[in-house]
Amino acid sequence: MEFLRPATWDEALAAKAEHPSALPISGGTDVMVELNFDRHRPSALLDLNRISELTAWESGRYEGQEGEVIRLGAAVPYARITRELSTELPGLSLAGNTVGSPQIRNRGSVGGNLGGASPAGDAHPALLAAGRDVLVEAESVRGTRLIPIDEFYVGVKRNSLEPDELIRAVRIPVADGPQQFSKIGTRNAMVIAVCAFGIALHPKNGTVGTGIGSAAPTPRRAVDAEEFIGGELAERGLWQSGGLIGPAAIQRFGELVAAAASPIDDVRGTAAYRRHALAVMARRTLTWTWNEYTQSLRSAA
Amino acid sequence: MSTIRTEKNLQGITTAHPDGIGGSPLRPDGILKVKGEFAYSSDMWHEDMLWGMALRSPHAHARILSVDVSEAVKHPGVQAVMTHDDIPGSKFYGLEIKDQPALAMGKIRYHGEAIAIVAADHPETARRALAKIKVEYEILPTITTEEQCLDPETYGYVHEPAEYKGHASGNVVHSQKVISGKGVTDEVRAMADVVIKGDYVVGMQDQAFLGPESGLAVPAEDGGVDLYIATQWLHVDREQIAPVLGLPENKVRLTLAGVGGAFGGREDLSMQIHACLLAQRTGKPVKIVYSREESFFGHVHRHPAKLTYEHGATRDGKLVYCDARIVLDGGAYASASPAVVGNAASLGMGPYEVPNVNMLAVALYSNNPSCGAMRGFGAVQACFAYEAQMDKLAAELGMDPVELRQINAVEQGSIMPTGQEIDAPAPVADLLRRVKALPLPPALDTTHLDVRDIPGALSNTSHGEGIVRGVGYAVGIKNVGFSEGFDDYSTARVRLEVIGGEPVAMVHTAMAEVGQGGVTVHGQIARTELGVEQVTIHPANTEVGSAGSTSASRQTYMTGGAVKLACEAVRNELVALGRKRYGWTYNDLSLVGGKVVSASAGALVPIADLLGDSAIDLTREHHHRPTVPFDKETGQGFGHVQYTFCAHRAVVDVDVELGLVKVVELAAAQDVGKALNPLSVVGQIQGGSTQGLGLAVMEEIVVKDGKVRNPSFTDYLIPTILDTPPMPVEVLELADEHAPYGLRGVGEAPTLSSTPAVVAAIRQATGLALNRVPVRPEHLTGTGE
Ligand SMILES: Cc1cc2nc3c(=O)[nH]c(=O)nc-3n(C[C@H](O)[C@H](O)[C@H](O)COP(=O)(O)OP(=O)(O)OC[C@H]3O[C@@H](n4cnc5c(N)ncnc54)[C@H](O)[C@@H]3O)c2cc1C
Repeated sequence: MEFLRPATWDEALAAKAEHPSALPISGGTDVMVELNFDRHRPSALLDLNRISELTAWESGRYEGQEGEVIRLGAAVPYARITRELSTELPGLSLAGNTVGSPQIRNRGSVGGNLGGASPAGDAHPALLAAGRDVLVEAESVRGTRLIPIDEFYVGVKRNSLEPDELIRAVRIPVADGPQQFSKIGTRNAMVIAVCAFGIALHPKNGTVGTGIGSAAPTPRRAVDAEEFIGGELAERGLWQSGGLIGPAAIQRFGELVAAAASPIDDVRGTAAYRRHALAVMARRTLTWTWNEYTQSLRSAA
Repeated sequence: MSTIRTEKNLQGITTAHPDGIGGSPLRPDGILKVKGEFAYSSDMWHEDMLWGMALRSPHAHARILSVDVSEAVKHPGVQAVMTHDDIPGSKFYGLEIKDQPALAMGKIRYHGEAIAIVAADHPETARRALAKIKVEYEILPTITTEEQCLDPETYGYVHEPAEYKGHASGNVVHSQKVISGKGVTDEVRAMADVVIKGDYVVGMQDQAFLGPESGLAVPAEDGGVDLYIATQWLHVDREQIAPVLGLPENKVRLTLAGVGGAFGGREDLSMQIHACLLAQRTGKPVKIVYSREESFFGHVHRHPAKLTYEHGATRDGKLVYCDARIVLDGGAYASASPAVVGNAASLGMGPYEVPNVNMLAVALYSNNPSCGAMRGFGAVQACFAYEAQMDKLAAELGMDPVELRQINAVEQGSIMPTGQEIDAPAPVADLLRRVKALPLPPALDTTHLDVRDIPGALSNTSHGEGIVRGVGYAVGIKNVGFSEGFDDYSTARVRLEVIGGEPVAMVHTAMAEVGQGGVTVHGQIARTELGVEQVTIHPANTEVGSAGSTSASRQTYMTGGAVKLACEAVRNELVALGRKRYGWTYNDLSLVGGKVVSASAGALVPIADLLGDSAIDLTREHHHRPTVPFDKETGQGFGHVQYTFCAHRAVVDVDVELGLVKVVELAAAQDVGKALNPLSVVGQIQGGSTQGLGLAVMEEIVVKDGKVRNPSFTDYLIPTILDTPPMPVEVLELADEHAPYGLRGVGEAPTLSSTPAVVAAIRQATGLALNRVPVRPEHLTGTGE
């Protein structure tokens, strides 16, 4: 096995172009497990750890995205996201805080989560909920491609990267409303999600974003639930009034989230439980985010 | 020789050494382990060393039509490829019944059974060579359910009748009845006012030790082999290895390597024979280290069980009878199944006086993974069932569940269903009283929530919604030491000599230190008995006699007892030397503070002066009192050496909507006879309680049609620090006069009652029946099996 250690981003892109089958390694928290379990024998490893841009984030305004955006370097570890970006990216921070253990959170990254594209990756529901204009910055010697998050996940553990592409960063709009993330595991830490749910309120454009993890072949949003609750909030003028959503609508939202999933029975849980738990998490997180929103309305008034 | 006898002179020499028994000196391996510097068996290295690896079956039940190793042999870097054809000696081994082939012969009986082994100059080479071995299988239907196992005419035999080696017949490895009083007849049933029935299921738990199976076999010039190995019992390993190698036992020498946990999972052999065979064949040292995944296939697990209980009681809560049937799945090979059955049958009534008993326990052969020893050994499964029964009975009678247990609790003088009198303290009612009297943890404060304190923790599933608290109690009974007539003696050699002007004791045993702290205790015993400061622990090996197994809560009792005997013998010889030299006539002599001390006359002489250049080096065996096998038909007999008891109170918070559980507190009370090392004792109780908690809410090897579905720590979950609650422990010290220092084995009892206590608390919170462990979120939300 070859071990490629580019010192710069350009060298990395060149190496990837030359060795398209080389496996990038960032935090290594997925890659090393695969190697140890002997599930994967790549011809070469492409170590990205010397490239400092990947572990930096910046905020700014970018074409095609509204408002302030965080450009999150692919290798920024979860621990730093939770520490440094909990105001700007609350959903992703909460998701990052559920990943593995402190050791894993010190190494594991959103770029790695996207690279693996596991349906159980915890960053995905938060990224999906954060908005349709979340963009994955894929780069190769041929140039930069901005992949909308909705087009990124294409199959079980498959993403839409080309063989010569690397993830440079993810561009995520700064939260314009409350965001939450919940995940089920059969113990109280260090669990791969049995199922997970992310939600983000977007008062600016009057929408609600969602993301479902571990309950379908790919991470996906609950489109019907988003449309239903977006419609409710708009039609009833709740964005302005900050009134109660009411149990019936909350219940319906939960049902639609559960219905959006296509879970399976496996060693981690049954399909029936996954649907059930998604509905509960959807109801709870909608309630939490809405309470937070109405409080912010009131304190602003 | 003059002695000045003043009060002052006696000060300091009559007080016990702080690092002697009753003290809590730190363990010698502790800091190394915490810093990652301890050398485990997987860290060993030898010049010229080869790496061994096994090819394992992907099927649970298959006929092997052919094995073609020709391509593997030719693979560059490969030094040997072996199948059962290449075994020089006996082809079978086993702890109690020699029914397991060292390498599969013609048939595969479980998923992961080893077929061939390879030695190569690099692990990667070995792996590639394994991939080149061609095995042709004829896949057979698996025999995995109780129904299939018990109907061999229809479903077939795991071991054909012609090759059957168990103690029963068909697909039953072993069975044991216990019948006491009048048994359970219609007449007996009629004496009960209330009857409680229940069916219970216990899933397959794994020992989940952290150090994978590993060892290094080094061929010796005399044609023998030296094996450095992480195990629980050096001598019984050797007894099983030598015949397969075709060697006399004295040519197979074992030395204990660093052990990373055991919990019963190292009582059977894993890679020992394979490494030795390859070393013998290649003439080179061979190291084998299992990967985590292979480890799940490389050791036996706790028997999964189905238990059917029927209790009858009077209106005022006195038990009248119990009718019980325990079916343990032993898997493909016998391992420790017979002894596990003996325990389940004889301890399956719990620590209760039950006048009329009809009990049957059996272990089955199946195409599931082999099951054998694990902490609690047959007593764990039964405890889950009888304690659930006690709670149901209390509910039926409208009684307090603790009071019901206390009314029926055994005490010293009680007769067990086997007819054996409990002839040592049995403070069952008091242990329950003590856990109940402990202050309860404060209620959940939902206004200042830290999500780490509630079910789901950082997964952020609740901000207080859906959470209900429950409290549950349980108590259990476990035996200490090997039972049913087995003489599991221990040997200790103690040498006293002067080094650098100071008397130093050396303790040499074959005891496997697996993390229990035996080496700490041996030092404490030697300091107390010989009055020395310095104690060296000799590496454990087969140069000294057997120490028996580090299991059955027995090592401090048995090998600790042997060290005590050897120290006493050394002391007697030293004193005899003094009598001879100085003409002492005192009969109140002891060794304290490096001196020979007379209680009446004070310090007589420094040990160093008395010994001079000579050394006293003596070996003693410690045998526990004899027991007898249980009668096959009635289960009667003085079968157990000692009983031990632990009680738990569990407080849990359950998110009843999501089915998530957080154990808030798990309190224990246990009688330990005498705490030789109080810190270690509390550690054992907390560790055992945690392992029981794991069985209650998460730990299970999932097997489907004989295939293991979760052989990794990604999906075999064990408690993390956020799952492990504060565990207040009350330690009672009521001496057992039959045991050295009055001590009682500690390690296993806490593993029994913590599981049912946690489940009882979940039942209280949810109102659900919960007849199966581990309890999964599905069971709490009605969303699946
Ligand atoms: C004990 C443990 C617990 C875990 N718990 C969780 C959990 O709770 N939730 C969860 O979601 N995950 C969990 N994981 C998985 C893992 O930590 C995450 O998926 C993490 O986000 C991976 O990031 P990494 O930087 O370590 O990726 P790596 O292992 O370095 O890479 C992962 C994949 O991404 C590719 N890759 C990495 N960087 C790039 C890039 N810049 N461009 C293109 N491809 C790239 C790699 O080639 C590889 O395919 C756990 C892992 C372990 C070992």
